[in-house]
Amino acid sequence: MALTGLQIYKLLPKTNCGDCNFPTCMAFAMQVAAKKVPLDQCPHVSEEAKAQLAEASAPPMRLVCIGNDENKLEIGQETVLFRHKEKFYHPTGVAILLEDSLTDEELDKEVSYLNQLKFTRVGEKISIDLVALKHKSTTAEEYAQLTEKITKKTSLPLILICQDPSIVEVALKVIGGRRPLVYSANRENFKKMASLAREYNCPLAVYAESLEELADLTQEIKSLGVNDLVLDPGTRKTGDALNSLTKLRRLAVEKVFRPLGYPTMMFTSEEDPFQEIAQAATYICKYASIVVIRAKGKWQILPLLTVRQNIYTDPQVPNTVEVKLYEIGPVTPDSPVIVTTNFSLTYFTVESEVENSKVPTYISVVDTEGLGVLNAYAGDKWSPEKIAKTLEQQKVRERINHNTIIIPGLVAVFRAELIDEFGWNVLVGPEEAARIPSFLKNEWKSGDKK
Amino acid sequence: MEIPDVKQSWSNPINEVKIGATKEEGGTRSHTITVGGAKTLPFLHFEGGRSHRPVVAMEVWDVAPSDWPEELRRHFSDVWDEPGKWAKKCVEEFGADLVCLRLQGCDPDGENKSADEAAWAVKRVLEATDVPLIIWGCGNKEKDNEIFPACSQAAAGERCLLGSITEDNYKTLVALCHADKHKVIAESPVDINIAKQVNILAIDAGLSEKDIVIYPTTGALGYGIEYVYSIMERGRIAGLGGDKMWAMPILCDIGKEVWKVKEAVVLEEEVPEWGDHTQRGPLWEFITAVVYLQAGADILIMRHPKAVKETKRYIDSLCG
Repeated sequence: MALTGLQIYKLLPKTNCGDCNFPTCMAFAMQVAAKKVPLDQCPHVSEEAKAQLAEASAPPMRLVCIGNDENKLEIGQETVLFRHKEKFYHPTGVAILLEDSLTDEELDKEVSYLNQLKFTRVGEKISIDLVALKHKSTTAEEYAQLTEKITKKTSLPLILICQDPSIVEVALKVIGGRRPLVYSANRENFKKMASLAREYNCPLAVYAESLEELADLTQEIKSLGVNDLVLDPGTRKTGDALNSLTKLRRLAVEKVFRPLGYPTMMFTSEEDPFQEIAQAATYICKYASIVVIRAKGKWQILPLLTVRQNIYTDPQVPNTVEVKLYEIGPVTPDSPVIVTTNFSLTYFTVESEVENSKVPTYISVVDTEGLGVLNAYAGDKWSPEKIAKTLEQQKVRERINHNTIIIPGLVAVFRAELIDEFGWNVLVGPEEAARIPSFLKNEWKSGDKK
Repeated sequence: MEIPDVKQSWSNPINEVKIGATKEEGGTRSHTITVGGAKTLPFLHFEGGRSHRPVVAMEVWDVAPSDWPEELRRHFSDVWDEPGKWAKKCVEEFGADLVCLRLQGCDPDGENKSADEAAWAVKRVLEATDVPLIIWGCGNKEKDNEIFPACSQAAAGERCLLGSITEDNYKTLVALCHADKHKVIAESPVDINIAKQVNILAIDAGLSEKDIVIYPTTGALGYGIEYVYSIMERGRIAGLGGDKMWAMPILCDIGKEVWKVKEAVVLEEEVPEWGDHTQRGPLWEFITAVVYLQAGADILIMRHPKAVKETKRYIDSLCG
């Protein structure tokens, strides 16, 4: 929460000496509050005041970075409870949990598998973000060796899951430079864990079974000089976790409650392969900054990453697809040509219905500045001239043997003018995309051959 | 350390809408289902005030679908020649809370079945099952207005949920709901204001607030779900905050949207990097339902038995 001019004034020497080039301390304070000049333009301001101001102007939820510069995951610094209020900034990091009981060979296999757990959706690459290695039975040296092997095989940042500081220490000696997230500090081990996190400059997860206890712990750890914290409120049942994650987000964002102003993490507990993904999807929707899962089937990870992609889409920015002539299926110059907008939801709905129809089809996307069919019409973002111009640019005349264009049913009013503008026959398609398959199969006839 | 209280208090609970009528109430259902009643955002037990559990309706058609993928076909092809048999399987074998009869066979672009045939399908489903019923038209406005009088009459007194009305086509269905004591699904195109407008029109035409369920349109996971998600969140926040025209339970028509997207239907042989389609398809439908439940959905219409079963388990885990 930024300070007001008056609050800043109270931190100043109040001498009106003018060394800051402003006539009074109050005038200077107002400028600082408006972020027009930095506080250190006052040569007399105390270190304590500087620290207080920095503290007060910090975002309500800290940004925490896991990994080193080449490959890092940033989480936190969220500002709202609901994406429609602004947006969610830092997508939930999806971590896959491995255990230290893996043989070298199994580990190799697992990590290479995780490396290729990548998908492309709507032109965007989506993949998992972290590998978590859980300590169970190995010696400190064995555990450290495993972590080293993982870092050699993948550039994904790591989470070390181990509550024994003496084991974590050995691992950090080897891979501390990769800045893994150390999981976790608790009431018993936090002093040692904090000192390791400080020494290796690593982010530290804090575990407690109540929010009160969690707040106490973060304060104590902070006083030991560790600021990059991630909160685990300890709840594991879906309903309990949903409630605690909601409280944490409200405390950070609405109450600006600093002791809990950190990103959060949650572990799935369901063993069923369907329920585990549902649990993880719930935590992505509702406020987890990291979710640690065991599932790794492609059929499980694809929908989970899709949930994240959708929820973290910026609602203020219309989603658009590239303006071009798309080829759906094995098209030939005799295939139908459908015109639509560059609003991605419209485009992908049309595309998916065209795919369903199994009729190879061209889709000519017109730049409507990300608006759908009716909105674009109402907002003058497209017109028969613009469609005709787009069809020319996309060389539809040269690429197509017939001379018929299909337009969306909702802009039937374009028909006559488009015939004049482009000179081809214009068919009015269905109003709803769901009717495209029957339209293409039953109603579409290419006009006269050229 | 003491923690600030973050409980929110909302002024206006979501309306309760009762679907189905027992013998005593003039119908033939073995029980009724009440949806809505939320006093907080979804599943926030620490704020108290539990709502009625969200429910799952399974989709039944009056005609054998020609475009359902094998993964759905294999569960229903033995019964989909007759809506009564199909509905019975959904309830008895797959545990559907409600049946949603979609009169797709009446579509003029398809089999163009008559109003009498539609009414017969309604009667068959009512005879074969004892759960409350949702009846959805074929989506062609003129045709729906033609078939609904007979369907509404065939189910008179059963307190069905009929759908859908839109901003420019509501008079027929609202009059029928009023006359035959049904509830109505009010449809709007992912638009918070049009959703209110449809409700205002329905209420002006004679229905009460407790007769209406909002259908804000549904998008599948990966296909616009985030737009609907945010409209539902905004609408639910408005409703809980006192906006009477958003204080209705919300319905999501999930199966219909999911089972046409490629991630749900494409075979593993065609896209090996997406993994096993026999799991991926039902999971896609289930996770779509999960995301909508988190946005406040009260009624989910679904298709795949596995997705239905897992959705009900998920609801159990959250409602405790």
